[in-house]
Amino acid sequence: MSSSQLDKSHLEYPQRRHGMDHNWYDWQMLSQRNPVHWPDGKKLALWVNVSLQFFPLNQQGKPFPPPGGMTMPYPDLRHFSLRDYGNRVGIYRILKALDQHQIRATFAINGELAERSPYLMEVLRSRGDEIIAHGWNMDRPHYGGQPLEAEREQIRATLATLQKYTGQTVRGWLSPGKVHSENTPNLLADEGVEYLCDWVNDDMPYPFHTDNGNLWAMPLSTELEDQFILRNNQHSEASYQEQIEDACRFLLTEAEHSGGRILALNIHPWMLGQPHRIAYLERALGFITAQPGVFSAPAGELLSHCKSMAAPG
Amino acid sequence: MKADPGFYDYWPYENRPKIQWPGGARLAFWVAPNIEFYELNPPANPQRKAWPHPSPAVPGYSIRDYGNRVGHMRQIAVLDKYGVRGSISLSTALCDHHPEIIALCKERDWEFFSHGIYNTRYTYGMSEAQEREMIRDSIETIYRHTGQKCAGYLAPALSHSEQTLDLFAEVGTELFGDDAGYYTCDLFHDDQPTPINLRSNKRFVSIPYSLEMNDTIAYVVNKVEPRRYGQMLKDNFDRLYAEGAESGTVMCIPTHNYQVSCPHRLRAFEEALEYITGHSDVWVTTGREIAEYYRTHYYDQARQDIAEKSNMTAEVCA
Repeated sequence: MSSSQLDKSHLEYPQRRHGMDHNWYDWQMLSQRNPVHWPDGKKLALWVNVSLQFFPLNQQGKPFPPPGGMTMPYPDLRHFSLRDYGNRVGIYRILKALDQHQIRATFAINGELAERSPYLMEVLRSRGDEIIAHGWNMDRPHYGGQPLEAEREQIRATLATLQKYTGQTVRGWLSPGKVHSENTPNLLADEGVEYLCDWVNDDMPYPFHTDNGNLWAMPLSTELEDQFILRNNQHSEASYQEQIEDACRFLLTEAEHSGGRILALNIHPWMLGQPHRIAYLERALGFITAQPGVFSAPAGELLSHCKSMAAPG
Repeated sequence: MKADPGFYDYWPYENRPKIQWPGGARLAFWVAPNIEFYELNPPANPQRKAWPHPSPAVPGYSIRDYGNRVGHMRQIAVLDKYGVRGSISLSTALCDHHPEIIALCKERDWEFFSHGIYNTRYTYGMSEAQEREMIRDSIETIYRHTGQKCAGYLAPALSHSEQTLDLFAEVGTELFGDDAGYYTCDLFHDDQPTPINLRSNKRFVSIPYSLEMNDTIAYVVNKVEPRRYGQMLKDNFDRLYAEGAESGTVMCIPTHNYQVSCPHRLRAFEEALEYITGHSDVWVTTGREIAEYYRTHYYDQARQDIAEKSNMTAEVCA
């Protein structure tokens, strides 16, 4: 017989009730919701999100290191410069690939990167693409237990810097590493942000409750991310392309009887912008955009459409 | 701590009494969807962390919620298409959180078996009385919500104590006599059912559940590409189907709605199901039905054969 024993909280279940064990959103299966009808009878929306990131060389990694961050003793020049490659070289390949297939993407940008890369910001400003906030830098996570006022400042600085360099009022938010604190949703709503992209629990937008009114959650799959498939899972580039195409086929079929769907691809110029990888992205985008029923739009536009459908009356 | 848990004796995979499944089938095929609830803020177990991030652990929590919000209906559709009734490894608190999911499975006559209360409550550190209480709660919850007398067990998050199987069998007997608590999915030592040695001497069996074919092990631990997973399932089937001509085998695909039901992975799973169920001598069934059939027709023979082979070993060594 075991001599140990857990304290009694381990056999108590205070949240055992209908719905979720928190109040951020309502429990509702995707199949229980009214179908979304995209404009012009389209079935599948392609949302490409390009994440533009700054990984500081003097990474603190507190309370956890960013995915894709420094791993070697200081100064980890290999990872610092390889990530920076994305913002100097890779992004321009990505932009060409997007334009080649007339894809209107969303760009999630670290505030500090905007400050460091005014030329790139000017390129994006003149293109008129949608910009969303991606935190201050990759080593400044929003984390459980983070002091409230410090986080508020971090969010304000990010939003203000992006507005300054891109001329846009930012509507969307993607936390570095897709992790946020217990306060982040409240703070974002308080600062006028409209949607967040951290939660990977759905394939369609849904209302996300805060103390300061509703945000919306926009579904940005991690499982289909370039860095998840290629770096985390170590799959081949050909497999990345195949997985994206399989997802596209499946969602198009599902959309035939379940209402509009979104294929959300989060991509990183430091990953797919490499010379040996870019062609696989181009082929995947070529495949997707050639399917009847597919259209491309940035996140904010897709959300506006869903909100207008959800509006009463 | 023991070097060997003592649940089974050495029993070579050759010259065993021949198993034939109903209708002369040579392979019993079952799919075990894990339908789980992970808590955002579970009490911290001293031996195992639930999440890598301080709360709220958005990445881990939200992808698991995806399984229930989105993935479940997809898996139901594909299992319906190939006539497979799922044998659900259930976090039983899900009966309270998501009764809509329970209703969908119940109307399809799927099996529910216990996978603990929450998949964020680990057995590590529990006293025997605590583990007994947790197991009892889970069996009672299944009965209350589905009317089923829980036959099988897979410990929550595969967290065990030395007594786990004994306790599950004993609580099953206390509640429902011999109708509950008689098979386990926790052991991976064989491709056929095997009798399990328990302190109560209950007729209790291990049903092959397969860690290797488990989508989470394949996708998350081994980081397998989706199409390759589909090929692994077919290869696994081919060999067990061939060997099943000599003596019936069991193949299980343990799934998770947040893995197998992602848009880029369903095709591989569906192709494997189509392939497997397209063979004539396959008994498409549930964990409970395999365990029942085996207990009725082969358990005694197996016990006798194991005893004879153990004696033979003893004689050779003497």
